[in-house]
Amino acid sequence: MDNIIRRRTPGARLLRAGLYALLLVMALVYLLPLVVMVLTSLKPLEEIRAGGLLSLPDSLTLAAWLKAWGTACTGMRCEGLSGYFMNSVSIVIPAVAISTLVGALNGYALTKWRFRGANLCFAMLLFGCFIPFQVVLMPMAQTLGWLGLASSTSGLVLVHVVYGIAFTTLFFRNYYVSVPDEMISAAKLDGAGFFRIFWRILLPVSGPIITVSVIWQFTQIWNDFLFGVAFAGFDSQPVTVALNNLVNTSTGVKEYNVDMAGAMIAALPTLVVYVLAGKYFVRGLTAGSVKG
Amino acid sequence: MSALEIRNVRKTFGTTEVLKDISLAIDSGEFLILVGPSGCGKSTLMNAIAGLEPVTAGEMLIGGEDVTWRTPAERDIAMVFQSYALYPSMTVRQNIVFGLEVRKVPKAEREEAVARVAELLQITPLLDRKPSQLSGGQRQRVAMGRALAREPQIYLFDEPLSNLDAKLRVEMRTEIKKLHQRLGTTIVYVTHDQIEAMTLADRIAVMRDGRILQLGTPDEVYNDPADIFVAGFMGSPSMNFIRATLAGQPGSYRLSVDVGGEQPLVLPWPAERETPALVRHVGEPVTLGLRPEHFSEEDARLGDRIEGTLLNTTTTVVEPTGADLLLRVALGESEITVRLGPKSRAVPGEPIALRVDMSRAVLFEPETESRLA
Repeated sequence: MDNIIRRRTPGARLLRAGLYALLLVMALVYLLPLVVMVLTSLKPLEEIRAGGLLSLPDSLTLAAWLKAWGTACTGMRCEGLSGYFMNSVSIVIPAVAISTLVGALNGYALTKWRFRGANLCFAMLLFGCFIPFQVVLMPMAQTLGWLGLASSTSGLVLVHVVYGIAFTTLFFRNYYVSVPDEMISAAKLDGAGFFRIFWRILLPVSGPIITVSVIWQFTQIWNDFLFGVAFAGFDSQPVTVALNNLVNTSTGVKEYNVDMAGAMIAALPTLVVYVLAGKYFVRGLTAGSVKG
Repeated sequence: MSALEIRNVRKTFGTTEVLKDISLAIDSGEFLILVGPSGCGKSTLMNAIAGLEPVTAGEMLIGGEDVTWRTPAERDIAMVFQSYALYPSMTVRQNIVFGLEVRKVPKAEREEAVARVAELLQITPLLDRKPSQLSGGQRQRVAMGRALAREPQIYLFDEPLSNLDAKLRVEMRTEIKKLHQRLGTTIVYVTHDQIEAMTLADRIAVMRDGRILQLGTPDEVYNDPADIFVAGFMGSPSMNFIRATLAGQPGSYRLSVDVGGEQPLVLPWPAERETPALVRHVGEPVTLGLRPEHFSEEDARLGDRIEGTLLNTTTTVVEPTGADLLLRVALGESEITVRLGPKSRAVPGEPIALRVDMSRAVLFEPETESRLA
């Protein structure tokens, strides 16, 4: 029951029924691709070829999932997505951790140790949020070459950290603005320095915004294809690139069930992260906007 | 040696000068209150003392040492903030020991300090709670406990009571006074509440527009104000300022006040309060300052005759406060406030006879607002 008093005329009720019907249809339209993906990934290939995209599978099988994970061919190699999945993990974890930490430090310095030009500095960082990926491809490739990080996992981590700092700084800066300055002054008088105040006073109250930053960065970096395809080496390709290769590698028969299973595997981690921490995400995004 | 000495301190933000040449010295164990309206620079001065904001010019000495360019941590001071500024992720105990921990005080001494301040402030049962589980008054105590744990040379209080409700504010006021009497600490306290200033301070510095207008004991500031602003700011209800004309000569000055009738009200100026400056103002307008309690009611029922000039006027408003009665009475075109005892039977719209006690009156120059006598 919602908490609103409504008119109870027949016309009003009919209108509401229509409204809910429309919402239901819209929800189904949105859900349909996912449903098709899940159904297809669980069907044997013969059933798919027989047609009936939406029909429920006669016999459920995890064979496609196992093949996508372990033995499907991505280009020349036929070892499935598992290795690339781990590549993604080893890119995402350091990249998320470093960009979140640097963003937190930036936000802290920009709000609590205001220096001359802090606002200009923040404005320029913000600018980074609006630079499209494609623009930086060439200069970034050049830079990675100079640094000797081309085609390596560390190179990709660096790219994602650099690109992510603009966003994480924005998150933390706006969050720390609402943390009272007097708290920091009190810690200064207690004798604490820059880093001790950060670790002992500020970070323990940053839970909601850390969650936001982690979810955002995790989703961005895990789902990234362009940087992965441009800067990864043969051994460091992320799962998104491998999925593309898997789908494009044809061995005569188009194995839709394996393709769908592969796509599900590639998409699952971001879904899991959102389901586990989603409510903190919403809470963190609105933190500070309402006093309480 | 002064516990704190401020020499010619200036502070500018851009083109606005917030502190204009402030000099001040505080003795060890003294309770000094900085009072003034918002924007007078009192909080800026406090932050400058704490080292949270650098000064533009001038020097600051704590215990005889120049600390002008030392960080807050190096100054040996503690501060109680208006918002309490407790660390939300720490328990009360951790809040209190944080400063000691940072300064690497041994564990045994830290525990001793917690026990001492917790007992002093009666917060022992709260030690393991988080600040969010405390009431406003309890948070206030913890904030003071945090300051007291370190036993610094100087304590700074930045409007510590303004977030509390009226009843609690009076209680905590008394508690702070007791604490000061018991511990003999040096305190600099900022407030915009003149009653807090009067009740707590050894000395009061009244500030306005980045300047200290008067620095003196509560009695001096109240009864002997330096100018119209100080006179009007201290005291509630405020002092009455009455336009008058000075007449007479040394030894027998008098003030005539236009009260609307044919005859002006003539008030003799007490000879013992004469100053040499008055001679130059004979025949000129002056501002007479009379506090509400400088009036009393001429009442036949009370029997005894009161000294002072008789003033016959009309009551317009009666405001009983319980302890006494505040009246607004007509004085010519304007009105003045009068404080009478609770037994008064003044009725709005009725005539009333008052006696004016001129022995505590003050006289100001209307243009410069400075004190004449």
